[in-house]
Amino acid sequence: MFDWRWEFVWQILPRLIEATGNTLIAAGAGYCIALVLGLVLALAQRTRHRWVNMAVNEFVEFVRSTPLILQIFFIFYVGPQFGILLSPWASGMIAIGVHYACYLSEVYRGGIDSVPKGQWEAATALNMTTMQKYRRVVIPQAIPASLAGLGNYLVGIFKDTPMLSVIGVAELLHTANAIGSENYRFLEPYTMVGIIFLAISLPAAGLVRMVEGYVRRRMGL
Amino acid sequence: MQDLSALPHELTGNTVPMISFKSVRKAYGDLVVINDLDLDIQVGETVSIIGPSGSGKTTVLRMLMTLEDVNGGVIYVDGKPLTHMVKNGKLVPANERHLRKQRVNIGMCFQHFNLFPHMTAIENCMEGPVQVLGLSKSEARERSEELLELVGMIDKKDQHPARLSGGQQQRVAIARALAMRPKVMLFDEVTSALDPEVIGEVTNVIRNLVAEHNLTMLLVTHQMGFARDISDRVCFFFGGKIEEQGSPDQLFGNPQRERTRQFLSAVREAI
Ligand SMILES: Nc1ncnc2c1ncn2[C@@H]1O[C@H](COP(=O)(O)OP(=O)(O)OP(=O)(O)O)[C@@H](O)[C@H]1O
Ligand SMILES: [Mg+2]
Repeated sequence: MFDWRWEFVWQILPRLIEATGNTLIAAGAGYCIALVLGLVLALAQRTRHRWVNMAVNEFVEFVRSTPLILQIFFIFYVGPQFGILLSPWASGMIAIGVHYACYLSEVYRGGIDSVPKGQWEAATALNMTTMQKYRRVVIPQAIPASLAGLGNYLVGIFKDTPMLSVIGVAELLHTANAIGSENYRFLEPYTMVGIIFLAISLPAAGLVRMVEGYVRRRMGL
Repeated sequence: MQDLSALPHELTGNTVPMISFKSVRKAYGDLVVINDLDLDIQVGETVSIIGPSGSGKTTVLRMLMTLEDVNGGVIYVDGKPLTHMVKNGKLVPANERHLRKQRVNIGMCFQHFNLFPHMTAIENCMEGPVQVLGLSKSEARERSEELLELVGMIDKKDQHPARLSGGQQQRVAIARALAMRPKVMLFDEVTSALDPEVIGEVTNVIRNLVAEHNLTMLLVTHQMGFARDISDRVCFFFGGKIEEQGSPDQLFGNPQRERTRQFLSAVREAI
């Protein structure tokens, strides 16, 4: 059998738990950025300004077709050459937030497209402005329709936070690496990181479904 | 672009029609759906549009509601151009700002109700008055309650549309449109999606509107009896044109055109 040491587990657990806090903060902050920016991108893709449309489309395509890790490196290491000096945390949040915003914009777009044409027409018949149509009629229906997709990416973003370790954000993997190299033992830290991720991801998926059901009921859908 | 120089910038005279279609044309690609339509509807008049499927009935209403643009001619509402505006002494296609100014005159009810599902009945009615007309919540609530009372839906005012039957939803939709105080109401087959036993509750609401209000109404319907009862005038559409029009007694009792007779007898057989 392999050499599993429980006393080592208990010894490193406090540090891992602290790092779990950082991971959750990173995932949460990145997700909030993505939620807001994703909606902005989705709306920008629908404006009648052809140039805005095209620019946003290209940007979303570009971000979605390049690896997140490269984007993280780029912002952190190449940014300074353009005079953009950001801390590891700031770089990481921007990279993850923007990356996922591009995915979420597609989810929002699907949600907006799922709102029946008749809803737009009823809003026109009430003489609403385009802004009012989005704000009062379309987005309130598009978001419940998007919740399942939005929720999946919450788990996705959470699982991608270890990439931030490469620029020195003290999240779970980074901490596990540090513990491992200090003690020349990697089995317990990595295993614990895996278990912590599992323990959070699994209930999160269920939670997302519960929230979705709740929102839909509240909105009378 | 078609030459509009022969058309007036504004309708004047002592009887300006509430609605006026002048040489209106609508095409989808090569398919001409409305062909050189001229139609005047007077203030307070109730006009029904009947005709076979695909004859362009819905299109007429949708152009009036500005849900479709026109490809030729001009529509006037209350004497002013709706689809166009005057710029540098010429009629040019209306921009959104002009449309918003003119649309206040018009309300519409749809075949599939199109209530906002995330709002209760009364919230649906208050939405336009509060957001668009800028009424206070309490004013809008008062107005909406009055109208929900009128359509017999006051006891369901806090229900979401999903909890209402089709007939009930349609009555709320009528109240929602009326809450904007339009001069013109458009009804596009408002009973076609309803179960037979609830059609009456919606047609009765419309009958009351005809009797008690000075609204100008334009209805598309497949219910010939209803059209006969409430209309001042009935227009029979065929192939994007008015084939025949007249008073209900004239059109239903003594149709002049062969196509009208064929249509009416086909409809009667179907019943
Ligand atoms: N968006 C569109 N694109 C292409 N063709 C259309 C469109 N909307 C309507 N049409 C066509 O225009 C014609 C008239 O349609 P319209 O809906 O006005 O008919 P209608 O008289 O209301 O028919 P019905 O009794 O079936 O409702 C039809 O041939 C229809 O197929
Ligand atoms: Mg129709």
